[in-house]
Amino acid sequence: MKLSRGEKLFDWINIFVLTIVTLFFLVPFLSVVSTSLVSGREYALRGLFILYPHQPVLNSYEMLLGQGSIVINAYMVTTARVIVGTSLGLIFTFPLAYVLSKRRLYARVPITMFIFFTMLFHGGLIPNFVLIEKLGLLDSFWSMILPNLINPWWLLIMRNFMLAIPEELEEAAIMDGASPLVVLLRVYLPLSMPVIATIGLWYAVMHWNYWFDAAIYINDPKKLPLQLILRGILEYGTGQYSDYSGLAEMTELTDPPPAESLKAAMIVITTLPILMIYPFIQRYFVKGIMLGSIKG
Amino acid sequence: MQQPLGEQIRVRVDQDAPVFEEKRGVREAWRQIKRDRFLYALAALPLLYFVIFRYLPMIGLIIAFQDYDPFLGIGAMFSMDNFVGVKHFRNFFDSIFFWNIVRNTVVISFYKLLFGFPLPIILALLINEVRITVFQRTVQTISYLPHFFSMVVAAGIVRAMLTPQGGLLNQAIVAFGGEAQAFLTDPALFRSIIVTMDVWQQAGWNSIIFLAAMATINPEMYEAAAMDGANLFQRWWYVTLPSISFAIVIILIFRIGNMLDAGFEQILLLYSPSVYSVSDIIDTYVYRAGLIGRQYSFGAAVGLFKSVLALALMYMANKVAQYLGQEGLW
Repeated sequence: MKLSRGEKLFDWINIFVLTIVTLFFLVPFLSVVSTSLVSGREYALRGLFILYPHQPVLNSYEMLLGQGSIVINAYMVTTARVIVGTSLGLIFTFPLAYVLSKRRLYARVPITMFIFFTMLFHGGLIPNFVLIEKLGLLDSFWSMILPNLINPWWLLIMRNFMLAIPEELEEAAIMDGASPLVVLLRVYLPLSMPVIATIGLWYAVMHWNYWFDAAIYINDPKKLPLQLILRGILEYGTGQYSDYSGLAEMTELTDPPPAESLKAAMIVITTLPILMIYPFIQRYFVKGIMLGSIKG
Repeated sequence: MQQPLGEQIRVRVDQDAPVFEEKRGVREAWRQIKRDRFLYALAALPLLYFVIFRYLPMIGLIIAFQDYDPFLGIGAMFSMDNFVGVKHFRNFFDSIFFWNIVRNTVVISFYKLLFGFPLPIILALLINEVRITVFQRTVQTISYLPHFFSMVVAAGIVRAMLTPQGGLLNQAIVAFGGEAQAFLTDPALFRSIIVTMDVWQQAGWNSIIFLAAMATINPEMYEAAAMDGANLFQRWWYVTLPSISFAIVIILIFRIGNMLDAGFEQILLLYSPSVYSVSDIIDTYVYRAGLIGRQYSFGAAVGLFKSVLALALMYMANKVAQYLGQEGLW
């Protein structure tokens, strides 16, 4: 199809507009990255309105990730949270999704309603806090895991996926003498791997990014995940963590990084793993939106 | 984690009704339960999760009608001695904060809707017109990126942009001869910052659903429109927008249904006492007065007020969706 002059003009305008829009999404993060590389000396000379530092330095990163730093510790906590939270999340979500996908199940609809209602109505902040307190989970790693075991929405997406697996497969396996457990593990589990992988990724990113539970349930800095250390540094600077060595070594540096660079570096450190896997996982999330919206 | 907008759209609880007629009677029910005992055993532990972590807090809402003392045991929660009726609700409605936090909640939500709703549609229209696939993919990938930042990271980026100590915006202002400003503590600007940040973080992501809907439009419709001499804007107006109207309507309705969630985590991470007057929403008030201030019963009462209102709003939104011929949420 030959384009008219007007259409060609529009194409150029459109590309121009979208380039500006893309910069709007990208530049804030890029400027944080460049700020994280600014040295104290350069800051004193030029201020921070620096799109790229003349002499990028990794002082901020060295300081934050130094030996015995609280940031390293927080990385371990977050990693543990992601691994344990995702595994347990799937171990709890998959069987229930499987059960709810059985059309013959007695009381299937009431059980589904029982779960669905929790998406519409919550106890809210205070009763949840009281519950965690009464369960003795305050200041415990498990306060970040147990309340998030099952995301009801993702559970129902997984169920919808399994509803599409033909029931004849189960009947055939049972005819061949398979027990219900074998049917689950040998027939349905392999067939559900795509949805398990997708929802596993959602749990993993959720656990990496979530912070508010730890903010109210956990006090001990040694047990805080990365997001909370980031929050602490953003709002009160690095001084508060100076007891946890690593950061204390700042005084030994000849050219200590400016506070703003430290904050920026901490933002980059916190989000780097997400950025690195982002190009590969993006489509799983986009696919999820389709699963949830355009019904099959 | 915040649910992506598109994911909030549809769950059909009664999807695919039983393929065979259920027999009735207790004996028949028992027979079926025994037959599927493996399935019930499998479901038991996950369902226990819902009982403990989702329903117990709902039962815990009774402290909203008591003078709950955190140092007493669980028994105190069920004793009539502490029962005070609707005292906390009355205190809340009478308090000087009530109208302010309700207004802030609704106003911030409204602004987020006003900008955050049409912009993804416009973005999707523009992205959809791009003929260079590589450019199209790049724009999409970058526009989704902020959605994957945690709220702490996103708020950190906003702080870094706005700080008077060399934030990008202030440095630009100074470079052009202006004076550095403390944007985040300025009550006149705080809501604009919150809304802009919301657009920055979610607009790209929220455009996905519209792009998906546009991808299902039959290209022949565009060809026919072009044949009739429709220009670009006429094609948008007469073909594209009507074709995706179902997505537009349903997302609009459910955004209105979620109106009382004005962005708790976001505001909590960015506000400060100097901007409480324009930024304090119901959720942040519950957090400060109830949790930090240790008035558990009062906080639970305010939270219950919000939960009930939100449930009613969502119910009405669903009714409207059904009335408009959509399937609704349930």
